[in-house]
Amino acid sequence: MAQFRLPKNSRIGKGKHFAAPEGASHIKTFRVYRFDPESGENPRIDSYDIDLDQCGPMVLDALIKIKNEVDPTLTFRRSCREGICGSCAFNIDGTNTLACTKSIDEIRGEVKIYPLPHMPVIKDLVPDLTHFYAQYASIRPWIRTQSPAPPDKERLQSREDRARMDGLYECILCACCSTSCPSYWWNGERYLGPAVLLQAYRWLVDSRDEATGERLDELEDPFRLYRCHTIMNCTRTCPKGLNPAKAIAEIKKMMLARRSL
Amino acid sequence: MATDNRPLSPHLQVYRPQLTSVLSISHRITGILLSFGAVLVVLWALAVASGPDAYQALIQFMGSVPGLIVLATWTFALFFHLLNGIRHLLWDAGWLLDLRGAYASGWAVVALSVILTIAVWGGLA
Repeated sequence: MAQFRLPKNSRIGKGKHFAAPEGASHIKTFRVYRFDPESGENPRIDSYDIDLDQCGPMVLDALIKIKNEVDPTLTFRRSCREGICGSCAFNIDGTNTLACTKSIDEIRGEVKIYPLPHMPVIKDLVPDLTHFYAQYASIRPWIRTQSPAPPDKERLQSREDRARMDGLYECILCACCSTSCPSYWWNGERYLGPAVLLQAYRWLVDSRDEATGERLDELEDPFRLYRCHTIMNCTRTCPKGLNPAKAIAEIKKMMLARRSL
Repeated sequence: MATDNRPLSPHLQVYRPQLTSVLSISHRITGILLSFGAVLVVLWALAVASGPDAYQALIQFMGSVPGLIVLATWTFALFFHLLNGIRHLLWDAGWLLDLRGAYASGWAVVALSVILTIAVWGGLA
């Protein structure tokens, strides 16, 4: 059963305010979710006034500036700063996206930054993604074959077959879509969620893979696949412009097509 | 480090309402309203069966302002659930499954539900 309220230990308290240095003219306030596992206290929201004239254009630039110059205790994941690693996925201004590709200018008023929604928080903006990765591993995201590999070359694919994986292989597993999905919030223990199902589809349409039937068998379950109710928050939020909702609908169609054979 | 006391990050509390999620939850809410509407039909049949006094009382309530609000809400719920249900059928067939399709069809469902509700009540008046 869905629990709509946050548990007692997760309710958010008032935090500290860090004012901008004197003489700053172009100020933007960043309100950031903080949780310190060693304090024994509930999460809180700290606010930081940042001089945008002294800051890079992206939300990640502001976070790095805060960590470097204002509050070194702020903890978050980041790596590539160009939208390819998927580390800096947060809930920014109410929707999930990558801090490195989200420009500060796009956001009106204060910039609110929370960890990815409905996830256990390790510290500050760092959620525990163990279950998400375990779900990804559960679809066995690698090629499964019966036939022996050609002795003298790789398993080849036509250009057309390769093109069927466009819009699927680009996924960086940032978990923005899965953690934007209300179905995943309420049933994430058993529902695989949009990101993992997009990858499941990527292997289903791969012409080199020979386990299509087996893969469909594994998804034929009231929860793993069919908790998708086409809400479309996933497609709305994907920072790479991919369409997990479409991929899930295509899996459902494959299920139907094979049943009616 | 202890991992059992990790807080749950906020979800409904912070996620921005948008057409995708709002229409989805509205579909469920209007579905529930429609089942209450079915109770209303039963009440009406009961009133018919119980004689002219009971029927007159029911008709009087339905003609009052609260009664009219109930009926108008029911009409809107009917049209919204019907049209959005068709939208879901199209989705299940694989159509309109991109952001443009979802938004265009979503706004069309909202607009048509309002227009049809007004048309029904305009026709009655």
